[in-house]
Amino acid sequence: MKLEGQVRIPSGCAIAAVISKEGSRMSGEMITNAMKPMHDRSNGLGGGFAGYGIYPEYKDFYAMHFFFNDRAARKDCEVFLKERFEIVQSERIKTRKIPAITDEPVIWRYFLSPLKSVLTSMQMDEKEFVANTIVKINTEFKGSYVFSSGKNMGAFKAVGFPEDVGEFYRLEEYEGYSWTAHGRYPTNTPGWWGGAHPFTILDYSIVHNGEISSYDANRRFIEMFGYKCNLQTDTEVIAYIMDYLLRVQKLTLEEAAEVIAAPFWSTIADKSESERKKLTYLRTVYSSLLITGPFSIVFGFNGGLMALNDRLKLRSMVVGEKNDKVFIASEEAAIRVMEPDVSKIYAPAGGEPVIVRLKEGTF
Amino acid sequence: MSVEFVNPEFEVIRNDNRCIACRVCERQCANEVHLFDPDRGIILSDESKCVNCQRCVSLCPTRALKIVKNECRLRENANWSDSTIKEIYKQANSGGVLLSSMGNPNPLPVYWDKILINASQVTNPSIDPLREPMETKVFLGKKPDKITRNEDGSLNCELLTQLELSMPVMFSAMSYGSISYNAHASLARASKELGIFYNTGEGGLHEDFYCYGENTIVQVASGRFGVYEDYLEAGAAVEIKMGQGAKPGIGGHLPGAKIVGDVSRTRMIPEGSDAISPAPHHDIYSIEDLRQLVFSLKEATEYKKPIIVKVAAVHNIAAIASGIARSGADIIAIDGFRGGTGAAPTRIRDNVGIPIELALASVDQRLRDEGIRNNVSLVVGGSIRSASDVVKAIALGADACYIATAAVLALGCHLCRTCQTGKCNWGIATQRPELVKRLNPDMGAERLVNLMTAWQHEIKELMGGMGINSIESLRGNRLMLRGIGLTEKELEILGISHAGE
Repeated sequence: MKLEGQVRIPSGCAIAAVISKEGSRMSGEMITNAMKPMHDRSNGLGGGFAGYGIYPEYKDFYAMHFFFNDRAARKDCEVFLKERFEIVQSERIKTRKIPAITDEPVIWRYFLSPLKSVLTSMQMDEKEFVANTIVKINTEFKGSYVFSSGKNMGAFKAVGFPEDVGEFYRLEEYEGYSWTAHGRYPTNTPGWWGGAHPFTILDYSIVHNGEISSYDANRRFIEMFGYKCNLQTDTEVIAYIMDYLLRVQKLTLEEAAEVIAAPFWSTIADKSESERKKLTYLRTVYSSLLITGPFSIVFGFNGGLMALNDRLKLRSMVVGEKNDKVFIASEEAAIRVMEPDVSKIYAPAGGEPVIVRLKEGTF
Repeated sequence: MSVEFVNPEFEVIRNDNRCIACRVCERQCANEVHLFDPDRGIILSDESKCVNCQRCVSLCPTRALKIVKNECRLRENANWSDSTIKEIYKQANSGGVLLSSMGNPNPLPVYWDKILINASQVTNPSIDPLREPMETKVFLGKKPDKITRNEDGSLNCELLTQLELSMPVMFSAMSYGSISYNAHASLARASKELGIFYNTGEGGLHEDFYCYGENTIVQVASGRFGVYEDYLEAGAAVEIKMGQGAKPGIGGHLPGAKIVGDVSRTRMIPEGSDAISPAPHHDIYSIEDLRQLVFSLKEATEYKKPIIVKVAAVHNIAAIASGIARSGADIIAIDGFRGGTGAAPTRIRDNVGIPIELALASVDQRLRDEGIRNNVSLVVGGSIRSASDVVKAIALGADACYIATAAVLALGCHLCRTCQTGKCNWGIATQRPELVKRLNPDMGAERLVNLMTAWQHEIKELMGGMGINSIESLRGNRLMLRGIGLTEKELEILGISHAGE
C-alpha cells in the first residue's frame, strides 16, 4: 500500500477554533473537548491542534516540531540544522502514554535562531530562509519531518481521534490566545503522523475540511515557486498558497481570500467599478490559485485567525461569539462545548472570509 | 492512358430507379464528375474526377447517389499499400511533389482518445451546471510576477492587455485566399456573437471585416501579406506565425490563379502573382531575432495588443517554447502535427512534427519547471475535435484551444481533403464566385455559434462532473486525467497516471 505522499488521499473532517481578541490565554483543554461531540466526523486516522502564543518565553525563536523515525534520523538532521541555525533549546516533546495512541515516532522540539552569516550568503530574508530549510528537510531527509516551524506557536498532531491526540500531547499544560483543531476522516490511508492536520509553514497553519477539485492545478502552479507538495494533501497546498500570497506576494488577508475563493464573474459584474477592477485583477493574475470544490478552512497566524468556506459553501462551518472570544467549528455542538452561553451564532456565506485579529498592542 | 492510368479512388453509384435526371449533381459538381447525356437522357459519371466531397449526395433530391470506395484494387500488399503505389504512379507521371490538404489522415496515435476524464463520487460533490454557476471565461496574456500598490495602499490593477474569451476556444488561422470571403464572414460574425476570436491567417484582413476587429487576431507570417499599420491596429492581438502543424519548416504557396480581385487587394500583391510565403521569416533566423519582431510589433501597436507566437509542434518544442516565453511574447500557440491546411506537400504533412498532446504536456511542464508558466498563455491546436478534447487539453495545461477543421466542418466541409484544387463545392476553400455563394454567411455564422454553444454546454457538464466550477481550476489539473493503454514513457511525458492507479 502506498504511503501518504506517494498517493493522493481525499478525506473528510471536523474543524474547530477559538480565539481571544484580548489575547487572554486559554489552555488547550477547551479545544480538545470541543472535538468530542464531532467524534463521528473523524475515523481515528488523524487529529491535531495548533496553539498560538504558547511559547512566550521563547517567542523570538523559531519553534520547530519534528517527527523522526529514529534516533539516527534525528542525529543526521541535527547536523544539518547546526549548519544553518543556532540551537537555543532541544528537547523531546512531552507526551502521555495512552492506549488510544500507539506507534509514535520520536517527537522533538527545537527553538532555533538562523545564523546571520548563512542568511547573508544565501541572500534570503529570515522567513524565506526558514521556509526553504523546511522544504529541504521534508524533501531530502528521509525519516525527518518538520510539522511546525513558527515563532511562539506550535502544532501537535498524531494518528488517532483528536480528543485522544489532545490528551496525548498534554495540551492542558499549554496556554495560547488562539487554538485550532482538526479531526480527520481519510478515505484511504495507512495513517501517517505527518499526514494529520494542521499543516503549517512558519507561523501559518491550516485546518481544513473538504476535498478540493482544483488540487493539481493549484499544486502545479505553486510548485513553480519553490514549494514541494510532498504530502499530496489539500491542506498542504492551501498552506503554501496562503504563504505565497501573504508572505511572498504581500497580499492582505482579504485579498488572499478573494483569490482562493474568488467571487463568480457574475457577482463581480455587479460590484462598484473600483471593486470590480480589483477582483478582476486578482482573478486574472492568480487564476491558478482559485480553489474549487468543497472546503472549510481555519487559517491561523501570529495575531489572528481567518475562517473561509468555498464559494458554493459545500461544507458546513459556523461561527459563534461571546465577549472577546470568537469560536469556529464544523458543527454548532462544538461551539456549545467551548461556550454553552454563546451570544451570537451564524453561518458565514460561501467565499465570505471571517477574519479575527488580536486587539492592537495585545500581541 | 495505359501505364499512366491511375485507378480512381471512388466509385459513383447511381440508383437508376431513383435518378430523375434533374441534373442537380451536374450543376453542383465543380469537379465535373457528372455529365448529362442528352441522347440517352441519363447522367453519366467520370469517377476519375471525384473527390468524395458528398456535395452531389447531399443535394440529390431523390437520394439516388452514393459514393463508395472503388473496389477495383491492386493486389493486396502490407508493405506496398494501394495509396503508396498510386502516389508512385502519380509522381512517375508528373515529376512533381505530391500535394494534400487538411490534416494528417494516417493511423498515428491520437492521445486524446487514450486519455480518460475523472468525475466526483461521494467524497466531494459534483456540480450541476443547470443549477449552479459554471464559469468558462478565460483571460489570455502575460500576468505580472509581482503586484504593485498605489500610494494609498490599494492594488495597482493595471494589467498588460489580455484577450477575454467567453470560453477557451478560438477559431484558428485560415487566410482569406485559402478560404472564401463568406467563410471569413461566417467566422468573424460567429466570433463576435460568441465573445471569442478568429484569426485572419496570413492573407491580410478584407476591408469589410475591419468592423470585427475586436474579435480578430491578425496574423503576421513570413510573406507579410497585407500587413500594414491599419491592419495591426485593427486586430485585438497580433500573431506571428512561425510555423504550422501541417507543414512545419516550410512556407506556403497560394497559386496566382487564386490571387484575384479582393484577394489580391487584401494581400497587397498584384493579381495573378503567386503568393509565396518563405519557409523562415527572413528577419528571424534566431530567438533573439524573434524578440526583435515581437517588440517591433509591440512598438507599432503601442503595447496595447498581446503578441502571439505560433509554432508547429516539433521535437524540441519545450525548449523552443521556453525561448518564446522569454522573448516577450504574451501567448504561445502550438500547432500539432494533425493540424489542417489548405495545401501542403504530402510527405511533410504526413511525416513532420509531433502530436499536440505530447507537445502541450512537455511545454506546460517545462514552463512550470522554469517558473515562467504565468508569464505566457498557451493555446493549442492541431486537431481538437470535440468538447472532451478541449477539456483534456485544458487539464493537460492549455489556457485555450484553437480549432479550424472543426469550424470548417460546421460550415459544411466534408473533409474530402482536396482544398488545394480550389474547387470546393461547399464554398469554403475556393475563390470561384459561383461556389463561394453556396456558403451563406448568416447560416455559416449560426452553425458556428451552434457548435460552440454545444461544446460549451458539454465542457460545463464535464467540469461539473469533476466538481470544478471554474475553468481556471481545470487548467493543468492533470490529476483529473488517466491514460488508457499507454506506455510508461507516454504517461511520463503526459504527466498523468494510468487508469486504475
